[in-house]
Amino acid sequence: MDSVFHQEPFRGDYYTRRFEPGPDDSTLILNMGPQHPSTHGVLRVVVELEGEYILRAEPVLGYLHRMHEKMGETRSYLQYMPNMGRVDYLHPLAWNHAYVCAVEKLGNIEVPRRAEFIRVITSELNRISSHLLWWGAYLLDLGAFTPIMYAFEERERIQDLLQEPTGSRLTYSFFRPGGVAADLSPEFLQGVREFIPYMRSRLPMYKDLVTDNIILRYRCEEVGELPLDMARRYGASGPVLRASGMAYDVRRAEPYSVYPELEFATPVSQRTDAMGRYKVRLAEIEESLKILEQAVEMIPEGEILVKGAPKPRWKAPAGEVYQAVEGARGKIGVHILSAGSAQPYRIKLRAPGFSNLSLFAELAKGTLLSDAVSILGSLDLVIPEIDR
Amino acid sequence: MEATLLDPRMFRIVAAAMALAAFVGLNALVLVYLERKIAGHVQRRPGPFEVGPHGLLQPLADALKLIGKQLFRPAGADALLFWMAPVVSFIPVLPLFLPIPFDPDLVAMHVEPGLLLILAFTGINVLALCMAGWGSNNKWSLLGASRAVAQSVAYEIPLLMALLAVTFMHGSLNLSEIVEAQGAWPWQWNAFIQPVAFIVYFTCAVAETNRAPFDLPEAESELTAGFHTEYSGMGFGLFFLAEYANMIVVCAVATALFLGGWQGPFFSGWWWFLAKTYALLMVIIWFRWTYPRVRFDQLLNINWKWLLPLSMVNLMVTALVMKLF
Repeated sequence: MDSVFHQEPFRGDYYTRRFEPGPDDSTLILNMGPQHPSTHGVLRVVVELEGEYILRAEPVLGYLHRMHEKMGETRSYLQYMPNMGRVDYLHPLAWNHAYVCAVEKLGNIEVPRRAEFIRVITSELNRISSHLLWWGAYLLDLGAFTPIMYAFEERERIQDLLQEPTGSRLTYSFFRPGGVAADLSPEFLQGVREFIPYMRSRLPMYKDLVTDNIILRYRCEEVGELPLDMARRYGASGPVLRASGMAYDVRRAEPYSVYPELEFATPVSQRTDAMGRYKVRLAEIEESLKILEQAVEMIPEGEILVKGAPKPRWKAPAGEVYQAVEGARGKIGVHILSAGSAQPYRIKLRAPGFSNLSLFAELAKGTLLSDAVSILGSLDLVIPEIDR
Repeated sequence: MEATLLDPRMFRIVAAAMALAAFVGLNALVLVYLERKIAGHVQRRPGPFEVGPHGLLQPLADALKLIGKQLFRPAGADALLFWMAPVVSFIPVLPLFLPIPFDPDLVAMHVEPGLLLILAFTGINVLALCMAGWGSNNKWSLLGASRAVAQSVAYEIPLLMALLAVTFMHGSLNLSEIVEAQGAWPWQWNAFIQPVAFIVYFTCAVAETNRAPFDLPEAESELTAGFHTEYSGMGFGLFFLAEYANMIVVCAVATALFLGGWQGPFFSGWWWFLAKTYALLMVIIWFRWTYPRVRFDQLLNINWKWLLPLSMVNLMVTALVMKLF
């Protein structure tokens, strides 16, 4: 019955063979993923268990590597836009934003003011939908099946709104160097105005139904405690860093677009545990609603794409630029090196999830398997972004 | 008196076993439908709607699908243990229903220590989970099985003690007698005379049937599917059936012992028994779609630090009161 693949030289793969068991054979080496329900996609974690306690955990990456960086070298600046919708499919507009800002910096392109507001409105809506999906999926990891259905109700409204200007519901490629692809209609803006009070009325329900639930609190509190120095050592960013007590938000630290004109707070938590990260994300939904509220009133009339915006055969001046924006998961960075041709010479994408995932090996050590699931969920990982 | 095949008692048992098998199957179908519909409405969606009017035939379609699926055994799995586990899980379900009094006359078998019989046979389920976990040659299944054993062993103790408190009051293990000793009105039910025992029993019952929030042996987001990860088709189907049947049994026992069984303020009869049982079942289903899952150490802490002392104190107080008055 045993095929050749179950015999010694073929048993396991590089990672499991290298992951040698300890001196006594009372431990269990287990592959969590790449098809495990709580690794959200195709993350694989090799863990060594003693009973249900994790002695070691090691993430294995690359199951969703799609060569996004390499593809940039063979595409023109405009052709690369759709890739930016697919790096992180939950907050694609932040990637759109990072890339177009980098190209604009490279080519010294002015952006019309209306386009800047359109970018802010759509990407904040997208941030809310990303946080909503995280909220539902995290609770699903903790064994609560219902919240994701509630979260999707709101997310659905955001997608219905966004599909009108962007033409898609998930992998948006809506921004263009020098502006955006389509204008926002008055109906869209009216829809956003209606969405803000609706979303605000739902947040107290989230708190009553879920956040205050005693089982959830015991699953999140004092689980995955991440001290600030450790978060900084690993280069964590976004809600993960802010939940460790540091008010670092790229929108404030390295201002871009029209964010300096808008009033919003940077939610910080001193809790450092999974509950802290949970609360920071829910507070960020409220802050994004504040931004939306101001932006829909402040948006001026005017052009949406600057005259002389890059055409498909546009040649960028030689140079090197880096642009960071604040994504739902943290600091998104796009680094473009141009040699003056129609294609970038090299593109490097900085995915926040990559740094946040690297925390997991240390955070999971010594915890229960159930806690590891909770920690993994609280880091809000999107695997396509990590593997790129 | 020597029992032969033509003995009327023997005939009664065979007829009862067949009726019970039909009852279990039918109720499982109803419960699947209920579970999916309640889940749907809790989650603000309609639930199954395609097969039959309001999705009424959905459970039948589910059952057909399960029967039609290939039975698959992973390489390296212990064939005997692997295939015996679902059967061992399902078979004890039928004797469980024998002493349950749906009505003064509608009892499959009048057993004097009926409660004892039920408790003995519910204990077998954990053996099946253990066999499935070990026989599957899968680490997730093994983890699920080890959780199942720790959980079942722990939760059986307060469950027994909660039931003991009730039997102390009535001095009987016969379910019919206990039902008759209670009155028709809610304040005459044991749930109101023994509220602590009722709460402890019901919590333990949810844990014993591996239902959320205590569904750790099959915790989907942690252990993929726990002990039944490797089962397909009717292998999984039997576990599924046994789980639902066990839910019905624990709720039926709760109805008989705590909620006055078939007695109602008016028109007493088996319909009261079924209504009360289904009310409890719906509470269990409602739990599942509302709460997150507890962690394993928390689960055991709830048991050893809260339920066990609580049921012990309750038992001693009951014994003292029964002795003094």
